Amino acid sequence: MKVLVAVKRVVDYNVKIRVKADQTGVDLNNVKMSMNPFDEIGVEEALRMKEAGSVEEIVAVSIGVQQCQETIRTALAMGADRGILVKTEQELEPLHVAKIMAALIAEEQPDVVILGKQAIDDDCNQTGQMLAALMDWPQGTFASKIELADGKANVTREVDGGLQTLTLDLPMVVTTDLRLNEPRYASLPNIMKAKKKPIDEKTPEELGVDTAPRLTTLKVEDPPARQAGVKVEDVADLVDKLRNEAGVI
Amino acid sequence: MSVLVVAEHDNSELKPATLSVVTAAQAFGEDVDILIAGSGCAGVADQAAKVAGVAKVMLADAPQYANMLAEPMAALLVPLAGSYSAVLAVANTVGKNFMPRVAAKLDVSQISEISDIESADTFVRPIYAGNAMATVQSSDAVKIITVRTTAFAKAEPEGGSAAVEAVEAAADPGLSSFVGEELSKSERPELTAARVIISGGRGMQSGDNFVLIEKVADKLNAAVGASRAAVDAGFVPNDYQVGQTGKVVAPELYIAVGISGAIQHLAGMKDSKVIVAINKDEEAPIFQVADYGLVADLFKAVPELDEELAKLPPA
Ligand SMILES: Cc1cc2nc3c(=O)[nH]c(=O)nc-3n(C[C@H](O)[C@H](O)[C@H](O)COP(=O)(O)OP(=O)(O)OC[C@H]3O[C@@H](n4cnc5c(N)ncnc54)[C@H](O)[C@@H]3O)c2cc1C
Ligand SMILES: Nc1ncnc2c1ncn2[C@@H]1O[C@H](COP(=O)(O)O)[C@@H](O)[C@H]1O
Repeated sequence: MKVLVAVKRVVDYNVKIRVKADQTGVDLNNVKMSMNPFDEIGVEEALRMKEAGSVEEIVAVSIGVQQCQETIRTALAMGADRGILVKTEQELEPLHVAKIMAALIAEEQPDVVILGKQAIDDDCNQTGQMLAALMDWPQGTFASKIELADGKANVTREVDGGLQTLTLDLPMVVTTDLRLNEPRYASLPNIMKAKKKPIDEKTPEELGVDTAPRLTTLKVEDPPARQAGVKVEDVADLVDKLRNEAGVI
Repeated sequence: MSVLVVAEHDNSELKPATLSVVTAAQAFGEDVDILIAGSGCAGVADQAAKVAGVAKVMLADAPQYANMLAEPMAALLVPLAGSYSAVLAVANTVGKNFMPRVAAKLDVSQISEISDIESADTFVRPIYAGNAMATVQSSDAVKIITVRTTAFAKAEPEGGSAAVEAVEAAADPGLSSFVGEELSKSERPELTAARVIISGGRGMQSGDNFVLIEKVADKLNAAVGASRAAVDAGFVPNDYQVGQTGKVVAPELYIAVGISGAIQHLAGMKDSKVIVAINKDEEAPIFQVADYGLVADLFKAVPELDEELAKLPPA
């Protein structure tokens, strides 16, 4: 079997982002970029499938500017076999990303495609579901466990009430949740080895995908700030303030 | 044209989150219809018909909608969506699962988790864990939207008298099947509907210690939540997680115990009306959003809080 895993380059989750003064977006100059944390989990899951013997090849895909190559290298250093960079300077919407992924699926014919449940920059939580729709494949979103057997998969999903298990036909799209696994770090020898692994470059045009925007961002602002609060002396003081000042208990 | 709300329910009860989506839908200034898709859910349709401001209730009652799985839901919604200017659903794990599938089938860019509506094509939504708010305009013919329900007041559950119309089920694509679920059982209110929430973090040290929090929760009729660290450590189930990638809550009172206040946690609770933080580290970032901060060891402070609440005369 072959697995395609999507790896998005995003602002590192530890960075406190700043909104640009002209309200056109978020300041990305000199900001640390990393692989989307959910995609690290996706790569890890693919590696575990390969180590378990059910998968032969793992292809890591990233879509965006040239530097997304670094994100692919990280996936290769973790153990993915090869990469595909779909290069564009345009800011894409999840629908476009899903269409590009669908075009790659047509070329690569994977059995399982793994995406993160959500990119921590746009917080859209859409791409995997859209890709499954475009392919007419089943979707196992927010997965905390994936078991492959006999051309099917049992996927346990983190849902609002607890956990839900589905059986999906292959090929399928899954999106990762936090509890699926704990991603490994790349070892130094593997980082060196990754430098020799191949990365293909393509463009959305070559794949025949129309990326005309559907959404226009009119402005990006700071969220409303909270008033600074007070420190209370002790528990009695806290209870008194909650009852008599805030009136919430 | 009208606007369609896809209801959140458990086949017997209409969930209050739906009422917030109805309010959001009313901002379009058009008729608001509600779709109930489920199995054996006629009672839910009757409840939806009473919601103030609803024009029509559509009932799709068939076995394949029992768990609102994405594949059959999309098959049902795609042909319906064409006659609406917008389709809205709750931004929870159900709506987030099927709505993008509907959007892609319609060749539409979904607008996720809106927190405000400026006009029929312009919406505000949080990005970067709520550290920025984006105003986006959509050029798509049908707007496919999920709604952050904490940002919209609830429509009145009574007062309406909409007609209920049956919708024929769509063929089941049969790509997925439901095996089972493990739902956390609790006598306490649901996290996303509770007036008071008390959450524990890594500082709780064990699942057993959550008893301390539960005692306080029982006195305040509160829901119990948690940080990701507490869930990852196995102290509590996954559905307790509040945050960027868990549940977004905005209760009247949120009490954070032994939680440092990482941006990913704040993303899920900083719109609460009153925030209390109990943490032994006075530098913890949670204090920057707390209305009332108590620098203390939780193993002393939380039992004390329980005692003080027990002494309190009824409000
Ligand atoms: C992709 C991604 C998504 C994430 N999504 C979420 C999310 O949705 N929700 C979420 O919560 N996190 C999320 N996180 C994790 C987040 O970054 C933090 O790691 C997490 O919130 C920390 O949890 P915590 O505050 O309980 O633990 P810590 O940061 O370890 O804080 C524990 C706190 O307890 C205090 N403490 C310890 N002992 C005591 C005591 N005896 N008395 C009083 N105080 C005490 C300490 O002073 C400390 O402040 C996400 C991270 C990533 C990368
Ligand atoms: N530009 C991209 N390149 C690679 N993968 C992406 C890209 N955008 C989105 N994805 C994948 O889709 C997931 C969900 O993203 P989103 O729908 O934007 O929240 C991410 O975790 C990635 O796996």
